[in-house]
Order: sequence, then structure tokens, then C-alpha cells
Amino acid sequence: MISTKKLAYSLSLVALLGGLVACGGGTDTADTSTEDGTDTAAADAGAELSGTVTIDGSSTVFPISEAMAEEFQAANPDVRITVGASGTGGGFEKFCGGETQVSGASRPIKAEELANCTEAGIEVIEVPVATDALSVVVNPENDWAVCMTIDELNTIWSPESEGTIDNWNQVNPDFPDAPLVLYGPGTDSGTFDYFTETVNGEEGDSRADYTASEDDNVLVQGVEGDVNALGYFGYAYYFENQDRMKAVEIDGGNGCVAPSEETVLAGEYAPLSRPLFMYYSKAAYDEDPAVKAFIDFVVDPANKDFVAATGYVPRSDEQYAETKAKIEAGEVKESAE
Amino acid sequence: MSSQTDKAAQLDSGNFKPELEKRYKIDQIFKTISWIATFSGLVVLAILLIGVLVDGIPSLSLEFLTSPPSRRAAQAGFWPAFVGSICLLLITASVAFPIGVGSGIFLQEFAQNNKFARIVEINISNLAAVPSIIYGLLGLFVFARLLENIPGTGLPLTGGRSILSAGLTLALLILPVIIVATREALKAVPDSIRLAGMALGSTRWQTVRTHVLPQAIPGIMTGTILGLSRAIGETAPIIVVGAAAFVPFAPDISISGFQEPAFTAMPIQIYSWISRPQEEFHSIAASGIIILMLVLFTMNATAVFLRNRFQRSS
Repeated sequence: MISTKKLAYSLSLVALLGGLVACGGGTDTADTSTEDGTDTAAADAGAELSGTVTIDGSSTVFPISEAMAEEFQAANPDVRITVGASGTGGGFEKFCGGETQVSGASRPIKAEELANCTEAGIEVIEVPVATDALSVVVNPENDWAVCMTIDELNTIWSPESEGTIDNWNQVNPDFPDAPLVLYGPGTDSGTFDYFTETVNGEEGDSRADYTASEDDNVLVQGVEGDVNALGYFGYAYYFENQDRMKAVEIDGGNGCVAPSEETVLAGEYAPLSRPLFMYYSKAAYDEDPAVKAFIDFVVDPANKDFVAATGYVPRSDEQYAETKAKIEAGEVKESAE
Repeated sequence: MSSQTDKAAQLDSGNFKPELEKRYKIDQIFKTISWIATFSGLVVLAILLIGVLVDGIPSLSLEFLTSPPSRRAAQAGFWPAFVGSICLLLITASVAFPIGVGSGIFLQEFAQNNKFARIVEINISNLAAVPSIIYGLLGLFVFARLLENIPGTGLPLTGGRSILSAGLTLALLILPVIIVATREALKAVPDSIRLAGMALGSTRWQTVRTHVLPQAIPGIMTGTILGLSRAIGETAPIIVVGAAAFVPFAPDISISGFQEPAFTAMPIQIYSWISRPQEEFHSIAASGIIILMLVLFTMNATAVFLRNRFQRSS
């Protein structure tokens, strides 16, 4: 009787200890791998960096931050680098609260956000890191919507269209008589802000009777499953799913242009191209060698391929040089649009 | 007297219709409906499980478990998230278990049945139904902001958005579950045991410690494990407290490691993988789900095992 009871208690103890060991085991392995890594890095870099770099911000910029963080971590195993994806606005909140040193943004910082940072004594430097092409996509079997003008997009997406524009032939008489099914990002997204501002003239102005999701995969599936669907999202999601959908060419006044790396770099895919940014604190860059090394790593043209692999369009070499000059000059952002 | 004879007459005359066949039919119909209800739940579960297993098993390996995350799906691993979740569980359990069981014992065995006790009781029941994100906001404000440093000194207490803050937040989240489970388990212990104990001269605490609690332990364990199972799957509150999507290192098992404002956990990592455009990430997310499920099954199995042990011994 007593022995079974003891057994039960000792078992619970074992379970608890087991958990601790599993947890503790983690450190050991992590330590060994760090040590191994340090040796190789010290061997080829000659200098050892340590410290922490905390990055947060836009989920659109996340793939770039993550790629940079991963490669930077591989080269500097003693630096502890983390990347979050709280959204552009959420990222700036943490950034101006001094909780992060670098913040990704899919739009320029807003005046009130900049004011918050300045109030907290944080000097902000803005670095463009890539260009995104907002892609308007349709089902592969859709053979009429090859090229659309911004006016046509406005007809589809403007707030007045809610409940009235529900057929393709209302957008353009040449289009067939088919119901119009719409997919787009939710209102928290920087993509939504940029698209509505460009197409409807006012940020946040949009019809609301469409299928909205913060998860772009939901939009991909929606457009893939319906011949009459039209949706929009960042270039990376189109790039990864080219076999499942078709990008509509956009006529911004100078003829029809399809989204691609070349048209974006040449500035032809207008006005739906937008720059993606990273913001960092000047003090952190000047005082923390890990942050400085990370920013220098991000703006190094040699690391351009990491951006290209994410599906975004990397900046041109001249643009890289401009950014570099700006960083060296320590040009603090003083006013927001 | 007359009514009885009436009934008898009715039976005899056949006015009372047993209609056995019709009633059995209704029985049968209800049985079918209940069976369909049970079965549809099982079908959905089976579809989910099969989907996850088919997607996840090919990319499941020891290397997947022990590698850091990566932007290339083929090299991505689960280690920081796995260790993060285990550590979260340890912090949560070591805070929530003593406080929860203690409050349960107090409320059930010691508290007078007065207004205060009733208010506390109602509030605990209400807390169990508060959405988890609200706990996240509370945790962010109290643990990550107010208690970031020891007041007056610059020394870290929770260290801000750390795994310690997240663990404490999850402990708050499951406290009501543990308290309610403890109280129910204590309620189920027959009063005669308490009366017998006290009749023999033991104090209230002695009675509770040596007789009531051992009988209630199986129920308390079940409640605690259920609470912890809820905690390990929570995403919303720890996102609010500050879990990050890309953390390439596992937390150190030390006070300062727990105070470091950088951590992730299994549900966060799975969510981050699921929402990516590349198909390959969706399958490693499925592998992550399998690991999360295995941890859950292990926890539940331990609970069942311990419960049986304790039951046999008492």
C-alpha cells in the first residue's frame, strides 16, 4: 500500500525531472552548436561579434528580415537575433518604446509614429530594402481580364461600388456577363493601405463586400477555385503560385505592364510598385556593434540574392549606393509624409 | 378504487395501447441520431489527423526536431519552439499548480460560506470563460511592463517580453481551470470522511492532508493536465506578450535565460509556417503539429497513468 503510493509520488517527481532534463538538454545542444559555429566563424571572419538584435514589424517585410537574420546569424553565431511580425504599426510601437532596434515597414513611417519616437528620444533612420509589386490576379481560365487600367480597378474597388458593381461587364463592356467575385487583404494590412490609396485615392477607402483575409494563402485558394474571381496581394505570393493564377497587366497611363522584376526595377510597373523599408535607431547603430553589423549586412549589395529569393524585387546597384551614402551620413528622418 | 378498476378495464378492453413497435422505432431513430452525432465528430477528427499525418510524416525526422528554424523549408527545424514550449509548460505548471490547488483547497475546505467567498467563487467561474487574448493583454501590462525590473533597482525581474512573462500569463490563464477542478474533486469526497477524521480529534488541516486530499488527487491531476494541455496550444496570449516568429536559438535554462526578451513556442512557429506562400512550409508545419500532438498525448497519458496509480493506492 505505502510502496505503491511512494511509487506514484516518485513517478510524478520523475515526470517533472524528465521535463527539466528535456529542457536542460536543450541548452547543452544549443551550446555545442554555438561553440562549433564560433570556431568556424572566427576562422573565416577573424572578428567575433556578440550581443542581441531584436527586429519586429511588417509581416510583408518579414521574409526579408528573416533571410537577412538567418544569414547574419550563420556568419555571427554569438549574436542573438530574433525577428517578429507584429505588423508595420505594431512594429513601430515596440520600436519607439525602445523594445526593438530594427523595425520592418511596408509603408513610410507616419507623422504620429515619428513623433512618438522623437518623444522617446529615438532618432530614426529609414532604409529602403526592396520593392514589392502589388499584383492583381485572376483565375488562369479567365481569358478576358488581360490588362486593366487603374480606373477600372477603381470601378471595382471604390466604396461606391459596394452592392452595385457585381458583374464583370459593368467594369468594361467588353468583359463577359459573369459575376464578379473579389478577394483582398484585411484592413490591418499595409498592402490594403497602399492599394486603397493608389487605386481609390484615399487610404483605407474600399468597398467592404469582398472576401478579406490576413492570410494571403486564403486569397490564393479563393482565386484558384473560381473562374470569375479577382484578387490582389504582394508579389511574393503571386511569384510562388504562378502556376495557379494569372497576373493582370496594369495600365497606369503608359500601356499595359505585367508585374516582374524587370518592369519593377525599370519603374514601369506603376503605380502599384511600393518600396519596403527597415527603420533603425541611430543610437543603436552607433553604439551597438551587432546592430551596426546587421544593418551593414542588409544594405550590402553582395547580399542582394537573399532579397531576390524571397520573391521581392531587390534594389538596383545605384540605389544600394545611395542607401549606403545615407547611412554613412547618418541622415535622420525628420518629417513624415 | 374506482380509477384503478377503470385502468384495469382499459387494459383489458385494449384501450391502453402499448404500441411497443412505434416506441421501439422512436428509440431506434434517436439512437441513430446520437450515433451520427458521435460519428461526424470522429470523421472530422480522422480527416484532420490523416491530413496532418500525410503532409507531415515525410518531413518528420530527428534533425527536424533538433535544428533551428530556417527560411528554407528543407533545413528548417523546430528546436527553439519545442524547447520554448517545454519551458513555458514548466514555468506555467510550477506557478499555477501550487496556487491553483491551494486556492481550491482554501475555498472548498476552509472558507466560511460568506459573501466574500461567494464573490470570489463567481469571479473564478467567470474568469474561466474570459477569452485568452484578454489574459495576453493583462500579462503584457502586468508582467512585461510593470514587473519588467525590480522596482527601485535596474535589475530585471521578468525582463520584459520574456518567456517568464509568457509562462506567468499562461499560468493566470489556466488558474481558474485548476481551481474549479480542485474544488470539484474535493466536493466528490464524501463528507463522512471529514466527519470521521474530526471525530477522532484531528484538526481540519490534518483531515484534509491525510484523508481528503489523497482521495481528490486523481481529479486534481486530471484538471491540471487539462489546463496545461490548453496552455501548450495557446497562441494569442503569448503573441501579445511577445513571442517572435523567427528565433534561431533555444532559451537557456537559467533565471537569466528565462528573463531574456526573445522566445518562441510551438503554436507560434506552426502559425508562422502555415501562413507562408511556399507549399513546403505547409508540410513542415504539419510535422510541427505532429510533434505538438505527441507532446499532448504524452502529457495526457502521464495524467491517466498517474491517476490510476493514485487511485489504486488510496
